[in-house]
Amino acid sequence: MIGLWARYYRAQIKLSLAVQFQYRVAMAIWMLDIVLSPMIYLVVWTTVAQSSGGTVNGFTPSDFAAYYTVLMIVQHITQIWHMWEYEYLIREGGMAQRLLRPLHPINEDISQNISYKILMLMVLIPAVLLFVLLFRPAFHTPLWSALAFIPAVLMGAALAFVIGWTLAMAAFWTTRIVAINSLYFTAMLFFAGYLAPLDLLPRFMQMIAGVLPFRWMMSFPVELALGRVAPEAVLGGFAAQALWIVFGVLVLRRVWKAAVRRFSSVGG
Amino acid sequence: MSASKSAVVIQNLRKTYQVHEREAGLGAALRSLVSRKSRDVKAVDSISFSVDMGEMVGFLGPNGAGKTTTLKMLSGLLYPTSGEARVLGYVPSRRERAFLSQMTLVMGQRNQLVWDIPAIDSFELNREVYRVPVAQYKQTLDELVELLDLGKLLTKPVRNLSLGERMKCEIAGALLHRPRVLFLDEPTIGLDVTMQRRIRLFVAEYNRRYGATVLLTSHYMADVEALCKRVVVIHHGSILFDGDLTALVERFSPHKTIHVKLADENQDFGAYGEVISREEGQVVLRVPKADTARVTGQLLANMEIHDLTVEDTPIDEVIEQVFAQPKEGRA
Repeated sequence: MIGLWARYYRAQIKLSLAVQFQYRVAMAIWMLDIVLSPMIYLVVWTTVAQSSGGTVNGFTPSDFAAYYTVLMIVQHITQIWHMWEYEYLIREGGMAQRLLRPLHPINEDISQNISYKILMLMVLIPAVLLFVLLFRPAFHTPLWSALAFIPAVLMGAALAFVIGWTLAMAAFWTTRIVAINSLYFTAMLFFAGYLAPLDLLPRFMQMIAGVLPFRWMMSFPVELALGRVAPEAVLGGFAAQALWIVFGVLVLRRVWKAAVRRFSSVGG
Repeated sequence: MSASKSAVVIQNLRKTYQVHEREAGLGAALRSLVSRKSRDVKAVDSISFSVDMGEMVGFLGPNGAGKTTTLKMLSGLLYPTSGEARVLGYVPSRRERAFLSQMTLVMGQRNQLVWDIPAIDSFELNREVYRVPVAQYKQTLDELVELLDLGKLLTKPVRNLSLGERMKCEIAGALLHRPRVLFLDEPTIGLDVTMQRRIRLFVAEYNRRYGATVLLTSHYMADVEALCKRVVVIHHGSILFDGDLTALVERFSPHKTIHVKLADENQDFGAYGEVISREEGQVVLRVPKADTARVTGQLLANMEIHDLTVEDTPIDEVIEQVFAQPKEGRA
């Protein structure tokens, strides 16, 4: 059984890669997408640090460089875009085609997600080198923390996928998904540690970030990679990630069932 | 008909859509924010019929009659509002793997092949999705390549294929898992006559080779005449006719047409039958079937005739007459 699934995933990833290879110009644009916003935030924060005596709340320009270099990697690994595609899929009949297959449509999205991330490593690796050369990041990460980064970023990716995919289901009920998605990504900007490291946010914002899922998608793995998580807080972080994933999967299953029921009653 | 012999069984199947309505204009748009008017539209209104294993049935009806809605209910894409549908013993709306693996729905205007890459790559993926053993896949693919003359098409990106070529690839892709039940919704739409014929021959051969059950909708009567002995006619969501194609013609067209070529067309034919057309020395008469022999005899005896042929009403015209029936006037 596992063999059959593995073969399906291999075939689907191979096909998705073949499709994505067709879009070489788009790849150049996606590269800008990956590099540009971390670079802008990094330049802004470096300028702020330099103009306020060399640090902001203990962050030096090299710390910011390290932060946004890792954030760029984490953002790539945890990225999800399926919420932008479902309206089109439903309207143009792609959803009907997917439902005719003896396979849950989420499998196709997972495969596409993985294949895109594999493909874009070709862009990400030079981008990281560029950051290292240009901004000279400083890392003070103990080995255990660097190792903990790996499961944390994978769990972050799983969490981002589960929540993002559930959000994509909104397209079954409304055609105005842009507003919903914008709200989601704005919340992410603040609470995932995108706009600024969460340590720099006011206390109450940090508390809100702790109870929302966004920190556990992105900021937590980044903090581990930089050695900014106290050893006693690590398990709690993983537990928060796991809880959010379990909760997300439960919600996803219910929402998917309702979405199919909705699709089947109104037609696609 | 026993249930085990039937591939498709539909009983009192009904599908009602809720449609929101508002009049044109800004005022109406604002009003609709507060109170939205909606009404129920019966797309399929309590229909019942069954299709035997291996049977090919034409499912006919004008646009909006409920054909596609029915096919979508049969393939598990739509929940019926009420009633029951079973395909190969499965309830389609449960969308069980075993059910989905044994049927296919081909919609002439929808694509399943990935646009940017050659069809063969999509086929390979389908093999894994449907878990088709390699040997069986190769055999089926070879057969489909031969029957549909796919040859070089498989390695060209789908976007570079013509409409007809793409449709052939779509059909092949939909049949790689050798489904036992085929729902074909306008499979030849937009294709030229040669390609239509090719696809028709192919469907007939697939049915013969694998004993597959086929439910086919088409606006091209040539498709239906070539493939289906039996037709089910749906109109305004209800079944208007279910039986042999020949019986449909009998029932809805109890006439024959007589084409008469003669020296002087300006004679009075009113006594022989209804004159449909009169031009360039040729008159076309419509007469009740029972009177055909008598009228023909009289024409030959009373007039100077160069040529005379008797024809059944073309099936397209019969169908046109059937579709023109008002809702209340159905049989």
